[in-house]
Amino acid sequence: MAGIEVTALHKRYPDGTVAVEHVDLSIGDGELFVMLGPSGCGKTTTLRAIAGLERQTTGDIHIGDTLVNDLPPAERDIAMVFQFYALYPHLRTRDNLAFPLRAEGLPKAEVQERVDEAARLMRLGPLLDRRPRRLSGGEQQRVALARALVRRPRAFLMDEPLTNLDAELRADMRAEIKHLQGELGTTMVYVTHDQVEAMSLGHRIAILNKGRVEQIGTPLEVYDRPASLFCAAFIGSPPMNLIEVEVADGKLRSQGGLVLTPPPGLPRDSCLVAGVRPEALEVTEPGAERSVPARVVSAEWLGDEIIYVVDHGGQRDVRVRMPPTVRFAADAPVGLRHTGGTPAVYDVSTEELVA
Amino acid sequence: MAVSVDEAVSTGPVRDHTSPARRFGGRGRSVLEIALLTVLAVVMLFPVLWMIETSIKENRDVYAIPAKFFDFTVTLDHFKDVFVASGGRSSLSGSFLNSFVVAGVSTVLATVLGVPAAWAYSRFAVKAKKDQLFFILSTRFMPPVVVVIPIFLMYRQFGLIDTKLGLILIYTAFNVPFTIWMMKGFVDEVPAEYEDAAMLDGYTRLQAFWRFTLPLLLPGIAATAVFALIFSWNEFVFAIFLTSSDDVRTAPPAIAGLIGGTTVDWGLVAAASVVFALPVLVFAYLVRKHLVAGVTLGAVRR
Repeated sequence: MAGIEVTALHKRYPDGTVAVEHVDLSIGDGELFVMLGPSGCGKTTTLRAIAGLERQTTGDIHIGDTLVNDLPPAERDIAMVFQFYALYPHLRTRDNLAFPLRAEGLPKAEVQERVDEAARLMRLGPLLDRRPRRLSGGEQQRVALARALVRRPRAFLMDEPLTNLDAELRADMRAEIKHLQGELGTTMVYVTHDQVEAMSLGHRIAILNKGRVEQIGTPLEVYDRPASLFCAAFIGSPPMNLIEVEVADGKLRSQGGLVLTPPPGLPRDSCLVAGVRPEALEVTEPGAERSVPARVVSAEWLGDEIIYVVDHGGQRDVRVRMPPTVRFAADAPVGLRHTGGTPAVYDVSTEELVA
Repeated sequence: MAVSVDEAVSTGPVRDHTSPARRFGGRGRSVLEIALLTVLAVVMLFPVLWMIETSIKENRDVYAIPAKFFDFTVTLDHFKDVFVASGGRSSLSGSFLNSFVVAGVSTVLATVLGVPAAWAYSRFAVKAKKDQLFFILSTRFMPPVVVVIPIFLMYRQFGLIDTKLGLILIYTAFNVPFTIWMMKGFVDEVPAEYEDAAMLDGYTRLQAFWRFTLPLLLPGIAATAVFALIFSWNEFVFAIFLTSSDDVRTAPPAIAGLIGGTTVDWGLVAAASVVFALPVLVFAYLVRKHLVAGVTLGAVRR
């Protein structure tokens, strides 16, 4: 087991596209580290560089104490799980599992023992004599995980392993992966574009955008205080409301009159935007205490909650999360009240968190 | 005021999902279909049937007027004449042998060169990849007649005129672009993850390609090779311009050479044509599934 250090990683392809601009990561030993971002943000390229499947243009990668820049993938002592499983189609499950071990040249008895152990961990007993074609997507992914396990690598690399599964199975596998990682205590780097996966799995999350790291933090840190406007808009469903505010009388005031508590250390003379989570707002009867006038634009009825989109001071896309019992008609005049604590505040010009 | 309005359930009428009645169908349609198909079949098949018939008629029946469709004497003499001449092998049989050698070797060369190229274009980020692929394809844009004169002049310089090597080279040059394009489609269909996984298991890139991707590509390679083989086998323009001696000449110009002169032995021409068409038919039959795959390749995305 080992931590992974990525220093000043930069990857430029021969055709001129820059996949990774600049990435620094310090992944601890035994950590489940998630790289999250939209497609094309460089997360997969970073992972493939760690695996050794891509050669970075510049930058260093350490696994444990070893500088692995020039090591081929097989010598980095890592295992990888792919989006399309990549089980060898002509081999039975048993041989798929044994394959990397035989490639290493381990004695027969040990191969057998390790295959049995991995099969037990992933509950593959009845599937051992089938070929991949005769396995369902979930079963194939379990086999792919087991194939990663048998090698007892220093780190697991997961490249969107759950993307091709249906929603229910994905939740099951998520729990399984988290449990497995906790049990084995092996470092795991997990790439996904699914924020639910990232939030539920990761000890820490790195949010990537356009080949750069926007923020690294625990799921809660990332949710509560997104480090940039990009993160604010990316995390959360629906995402954070970004409300233009001015500083007046020691308070933050929006154009529609909503008053928010300013965080300490606000800079002067800049265009500011406050990030307010939909659950930090409340739709009330018009004229209720501490509320400002607003109007319902539309409502999404999700069963366990209602997402109201309200028009507040000309901003027509303020989203508010409400329990399903509170109902307002579309177009109804309502009140809007802030119930959360101090909001995160961003500078419009730098797009970064200022306080 | 707060009102409870549940708009999640639409109260509008439910759309009727039954399919519309077929506008014209039933008997009239199928009669028309069969009639049209019959006409098409007759137009397409008559020359072929006539060729086969002529090849097994005796000469006096071949020239009989009115033409004899059914009551003729069957003979295999023409087929014998294709292969055997007085005192040994006929020159036509030599031409068939040349065709086999030229088509076979050029197909093997095109496959050996084209498949790895297709793999590389599919897997790696190459500078100006699209332009390169377009350039490769563009060599197939013009018909052979356009380039045959310059090629003739080049070949004269290099002493490749009237050699099998010359034909092999030009057919390979024509088949490589085709192989690259068709194989790239097949390689794209094989997930690159197989190679990634194999590399993590300790293989080099080339080993990974050789051991995991190549076996999965075999059906595609077979289909592509058959296309290339058929092209080389059928090719006429280069063959007639670049070769002259009987030792080198391939079957298409040799068969064409039977026509002309004062009398034409149509029985021999027909028999030679049947022998010439058979390998193509057999191969096309073997890979009929992939022929369709090749034609519609890229039309459906995963």
